[in-house]
Amino acid sequence: MEVTVAWYLTLGAVLFTLGAVGLLVRRNPLVMFMCVELMLNAVNLTFVSLGDALGDLSGQVSVFFVLVVAAAEVVVGLGIIVAIMRRRAGATADDLSVLRG
Amino acid sequence: MDVAVFTVCAVMVLSGAFGVLLARNPVHAALFLVQSVFGVAVLFLLLEATFLAAVQVIVYAGAIVILFLFVIMLLGVDRVDDLDVEPIAGQRPLAIVIGAGILGTTLTALLVAVGGPTGAPTANAPLGDAGDNAKRLGEVLFTDYVFAVELTALLLTVAVVGAVVLVRRLRGPLQPLPVEAMASEPESPESTGPDGEDGETGPGGDA
Repeated sequence: MEVTVAWYLTLGAVLFTLGAVGLLVRRNPLVMFMCVELMLNAVNLTFVSLGDALGDLSGQVSVFFVLVVAAAEVVVGLGIIVAIMRRRAGATADDLSVLRG
Repeated sequence: MDVAVFTVCAVMVLSGAFGVLLARNPVHAALFLVQSVFGVAVLFLLLEATFLAAVQVIVYAGAIVILFLFVIMLLGVDRVDDLDVEPIAGQRPLAIVIGAGILGTTLTALLVAVGGPTGAPTANAPLGDAGDNAKRLGEVLFTDYVFAVELTALLLTVAVVGAVVLVRRLRGPLQPLPVEAMASEPESPESTGPDGEDGETGPGGDA
């Protein structure tokens, strides 16, 4: 038996789904962010495996840029979370309902 | 051999993902995220993407998760979530249904429609073997994709400046919330507070 590209794609799809479900279910903004990272990882795995199947380096180049964007996104997102948590300690995603006039 | 490595890594990745999903404590979720990311890094090695495997460990496990842990410790939000309460009625069944939909569509798009990836590889970026992966990636990045690399430099600069601006502590007392400011506005629009330069700010100004 040999590991084919379909195995990696299936694993990527399952990992992406787990990240998406976590994003929908969890309320702690930090854990929601971690679920976004899981989804980015799933897409990275898909990129690399498809690039490997096609014999093309462009998949890995895409993953490189995804990593850069993920780092920038985490920096800004955590900055926003810190700013919110300072004002309202223990804020959760459900506190959006406060915005209702 | 490959099958064994893949199986172990897949179990590692998925159990880590489930751990992030189900951990009550955010610190535990961050550690499960490290486990998942390590599994993906080993899979990159299996796919002969050696440079990305190293970068994955350095950037994710070394930088991003550490940043998460720093924020958790800094804010003291490592209290245990109560996962038993379901704040919005029907949220979890709906999330599972949506998840099943996402899984179905992605699997269909990736696997069922065609028997694998189609299309021709680009002529100027063939995949080398594992040994010169970093060299080839560098050559492609700084020739074909040099403009995008420059843009990432700009993006990282903007992100750093933005983070500094976002978490900066303002001097003086905390500004009132907009609602309170509007309530106290009619008599004196400009004087919304004592406006001290530095004073009873407590722990302010040393972050």
